[in-house]
Amino acid sequence: MSAHPGHGGQGGHPGPAVIVTGLRVEMAHGGGDIVDEVSFSIAPGEVLGLAGESGSGKTTVGLALLGHARRGARVTGGSVRVGAIDVLSLTDRELREVRGRIISYVPQDPAAALNPALRVGTQLREVLRAHRACASAREASERIVEMLREVALPAEPAFIRRYPHELSGGQQQRIALAMAFACRPRLVVLDEPTTGLDVTTQAHVLATVRKLAASHQVAALYISHDLAVIAGLAQRLAVMYAGRIVEVGAAAELLAAAAHPYTRRLVAAIPRLTGQEPLTGIPGRAPAPGDRPPGCAFAPRCELAAAECRTAMPALAVVGAAHLARCPRAAAGGAVTTGPAASRMAGLAAPAGTAPVLSAERIRAGYRDVTIVKGVSLAIARGECLALVGESGSGKTTFARAIAGLHPPASGRVLLDGQPLAATARRRPAEARRRMQYVFQNPYGSLNPRRTVRQIVGQPLRVLGGGTRQAADRRVAEVLEQVSLPPAIARCYPDQLSGGERQRVAIARALVSAPAVLICDEVTSALDVSVQAAIVELLTRLRADLGLAILFITHNLPLVGSIADRVAVMAHGQVIEVGATRTVLRHPSAPYTRQLIASAPALGPAGRAIPAWPGRGQPPAPAP
Amino acid sequence: MASARSGSPERPGKVPAGTAGDEARADPPGAPRGPARRARGGVARFLLRRALMSAAVLAAVSAVVFAATEALPGDPAQAILGRSASPQALAALRRQLRLNRPVLQQYWDWIAGLLHGQLGMSLAAQEPVTRLLADRLVNSGFLVLVAAAFSIPLSVALGCYAAWRRDRAFDHGSSIVLLVLAGLPEFVVGVLAVVLLATTVLHVLPAVSYLAPGQRPWSDPSALALPVATLVIAVAPYVARVMRASMVEVMESDYVEMARLKGLPERTVLLRHALPNALGPVFQVIALNLAYLAGGIVVVEYVFAYPGVGSALQAAVLAHDLPVVQVLAMLIAGVYVAANLAADVATILVTPRMRGQL
Amino acid sequence: MSGTGLPGPAWLPAAGQARGAGALRAALRLRRTRIGLALLALLTALAVLGPHVAPHSPAAFIARPDSGPSALAPLGTDYLGQDVLSRFLSGGGAILATAFAAALGGVIAGVALGLIAAYARGALDALVMRILDVILAFPPIMLALVAVATTGPSTWILITAVAITTAPRVARVTRGAAQPVVVRDFVAAAEALGLPRWRIVISEVLPSTLGPVLVEATLRLTYAIGLIASLAFLGLAANPNGANWGTMIQQNQTALAVQPWGVVLPITAIALLTIGTGLIGDGIARAFAGLDRGREPG
Repeated sequence: MSAHPGHGGQGGHPGPAVIVTGLRVEMAHGGGDIVDEVSFSIAPGEVLGLAGESGSGKTTVGLALLGHARRGARVTGGSVRVGAIDVLSLTDRELREVRGRIISYVPQDPAAALNPALRVGTQLREVLRAHRACASAREASERIVEMLREVALPAEPAFIRRYPHELSGGQQQRIALAMAFACRPRLVVLDEPTTGLDVTTQAHVLATVRKLAASHQVAALYISHDLAVIAGLAQRLAVMYAGRIVEVGAAAELLAAAAHPYTRRLVAAIPRLTGQEPLTGIPGRAPAPGDRPPGCAFAPRCELAAAECRTAMPALAVVGAAHLARCPRAAAGGAVTTGPAASRMAGLAAPAGTAPVLSAERIRAGYRDVTIVKGVSLAIARGECLALVGESGSGKTTFARAIAGLHPPASGRVLLDGQPLAATARRRPAEARRRMQYVFQNPYGSLNPRRTVRQIVGQPLRVLGGGTRQAADRRVAEVLEQVSLPPAIARCYPDQLSGGERQRVAIARALVSAPAVLICDEVTSALDVSVQAAIVELLTRLRADLGLAILFITHNLPLVGSIADRVAVMAHGQVIEVGATRTVLRHPSAPYTRQLIASAPALGPAGRAIPAWPGRGQPPAPAP
Repeated sequence: MASARSGSPERPGKVPAGTAGDEARADPPGAPRGPARRARGGVARFLLRRALMSAAVLAAVSAVVFAATEALPGDPAQAILGRSASPQALAALRRQLRLNRPVLQQYWDWIAGLLHGQLGMSLAAQEPVTRLLADRLVNSGFLVLVAAAFSIPLSVALGCYAAWRRDRAFDHGSSIVLLVLAGLPEFVVGVLAVVLLATTVLHVLPAVSYLAPGQRPWSDPSALALPVATLVIAVAPYVARVMRASMVEVMESDYVEMARLKGLPERTVLLRHALPNALGPVFQVIALNLAYLAGGIVVVEYVFAYPGVGSALQAAVLAHDLPVVQVLAMLIAGVYVAANLAADVATILVTPRMRGQL
Repeated sequence: MSGTGLPGPAWLPAAGQARGAGALRAALRLRRTRIGLALLALLTALAVLGPHVAPHSPAAFIARPDSGPSALAPLGTDYLGQDVLSRFLSGGGAILATAFAAALGGVIAGVALGLIAAYARGALDALVMRILDVILAFPPIMLALVAVATTGPSTWILITAVAITTAPRVARVTRGAAQPVVVRDFVAAAEALGLPRWRIVISEVLPSTLGPVLVEATLRLTYAIGLIASLAFLGLAANPNGANWGTMIQQNQTALAVQPWGVVLPITAIALLTIGTGLIGDGIARAFAGLDRGREPG
């Protein structure tokens, strides 16, 4: 096998800028590897996408390229060559020379990675000074102005004197980009630089990355959990699972015709903008470092797994032109089975003309002198799923909390089954609290860490009354089965569960009182795509089985096509467009919706990337 | 996600986008938060507000002091003179303490006197409180300043070094020593020091720090050695532990990792990126402990018979000398409040983020 | 459905145990906690059983003042000619009982105030914290001195004064620990169910603040012991002539050069006691830190 697999077919390049071979990072005190057998190369000016879900080891690989391992980890094998430099054999002093000058890093969360006590100008200047990139202070100042222009930030003295907290998230990330490209490095490692940014901001940042990498002939490793983002940016793509690269190849080819079963399932889990398509999740969960099975780590979750897969780790093997996969059965795969959800989704439609089960009328809500929700009216029919889409700050969560009685609105009213409800949940009748349930965004925060799953799921039964303890335990077991969790999980504490399992527990808690309406507030935004798909699958099934009405709040526009009957788009505290999902996604009427759709990084129907070009402009100003 | 549970060093990749609380604060993309220009006026207003609040706290403190000493049910005169006191003596004392006036009037007279520098007469010494305490105030102030001058740099340096050598031998060793010292009452430290260094075991330092009338404390450094050492041991361990914890947290932060990944020299990483951020929370603790020194001198001065306000307070309490107790209580509370105010200002100065939020 | 079914329960961890109890058990496995508990148990036993095994009455005149060890008085006599050993054996109870009572009262009041302030937020929070600021403006020993200045020390005044200095500090820590908890969504989930406020505070918020509260409680016990002993040392014990470790040190300090036992014994006891409670607190802190590590993904 070639020393730098997967590279080639890009004729005309002078040779790779970066060659990584057999990289291995272990836990410091034994307990096995975090990543192993990681090999790839990147040409100058090329962007290699490194995709993987949380815990796959992609950040560990990215940091190892700078010769850095976080506390508790150690680089124990392999080599990283950037030009003539063997990064892993450098002394601390030599490493300092290389970092920031030859190899630089763009962090995931610039709000945390920029020093809160130093002005942004100081933080830019110190990179130049540490690497003696500029002869004089004057030259450094000129260079800073030039850097800021390159990343489309205002290069004014007042801006340079700002502290990080005085910048928006997008501006902070641009500062980090300016810093990374300041010394004209040969390799830039970008670690999920757009996670946490709005889609419009994300599109701007991605365009800047693409421009900088191309114009300065910098090799870039772009790490992300989001295949759709990578698809619009990277020429080639490497997919990681459980600390190994399982597949690497040209981005377009890999997304259209993935060879590894994991990649195929991962691609199938990505929501498409093209309308109502079912998503399929991946069953089971990824093994933690130190807990990985012998053989292929994906074998326990793979429907194609054979006996050989469980005994020996397969090697990366050529499956196409410059396309490698770590699976002996790579060619044998068929289409991903989409499961019965597909047919279910088609058969689901809200019964037309029925009275709404839940309606909100002219809700206004906010904090003291800020009004965040400015007169929103929405109604949900029995059994209907209405998606409420908006960027952060649009007021969608505040609206949902107002409906649930968690954030008393300034004016307007909420009706359940035609009956007006009190502003706070505590004043509402038990029946109303039973019939409407809320599922929170972050399952790491919504489950009491000191309670068992049985206590958590059974809480509504205890509070709302009804039945003996035995009956309650039976009911808990029943809903756990409904959300596809094994009964034994009832004895576990939340910190023993994965994110997807926790969100299932949260959904089980909402279901246990047999509600009519479920308010789902960004329930998948804290989860990996494959888990997100599984949760969407679950909600779709529950709708069909239980006739639930769902208010599905999300910032993820492509996702709504896979779950909702109708979509309401929210901006600046107002609903600016409502309509059938298909209509809104294909023929949006509001300019803002059109811009949202244009900015959303998404995969086309055949898995081909739709380039995500930044739309110009901002959300429309609120109507007077 | 699985990695989070097993303690793998990789941080999972998701930052949940905006919770309910965030929506209130979220700005439209591209808009800066909190223009820098407003900050300066904000600092001035913050200082004014904090100063007013401190004054209010002091006023409340004076009410508490007054209530605890004079307004509580029971007759202070009786309590002071004892059960066997003659009716004439009681009446005379009541007149001197102005106990026959309405409580609010008494309180007002007392406050007005304090504000005009008329601190009253000591019952035990039959001398103006001002004259009784003037020299002692200088002595105690000097003692506290010397103790602070040693303990603050020592504890900050110790905490930083332990954090920098985290999980090495120095860190473990110092952690145990500091833990043991942190809980010891000052008088235990002081008397042990006397046992070890001044009497039973060795005899290298004076056991008492007596000053002749009119003698200044800086004239005899050896007399100060044990009281200062005791105060340092009383305060330094706690500050050092907080400093270490704060520094450890900052060293784990993304921005320190980023500073290293930018290739900055380790000295710059520590001194420019880590230390200023780690100091913020420690200022509060330093202030609390300076103020604690103000209380600690009561015991330490008594142990070493050092003629300061602390030993005066102990004597006044035993003698039920209420005017002296009241003045000293206000004085020490005043130091306490001033130290906290200073800490707030210092914290604001090293934390630009907080300046922006004012 | 088959597509989302989980593999068999083989991956399930062993049945969980209550998290708080788990941390306490983890704390018990630490050597420092065990040493601390042993010290605390030893000195408590000494204070409780001591009076029953003392060879003499603590107030009886045995021999010439400040005389050295003899057959009658194995560790010599104090400044009044009383038996040092008997006074030492009888002198722990007063300090320990008063300090325990004061710490307990202060911790209960402080936890309640802290939880209420954190959960209520807004004006009530501000009001409670400003009132506590006034108490915090007194160094702990000052407050006790002012309290006893007029009427002299009685056990109840000492307990109340020390409890009052303890409560605001505990309240601050509790509030600090509860503030991030009250904004968590599991509290909102309980609110959406209409759970009464007091039940939310007790059953949802309190358990998650247990770690810092327990650590603070042991710290406050340490300081309460130190404070009560210091007051006795300053001549402010409830019974000024009674057998009390703090009083003993004060009374015998002048004769340190000729008869050190009257000082060395009680001072060692107080030192070991405060070291013991300090070690326990540190052990608990470490165990809870271990429990909380890695729960939150970013």
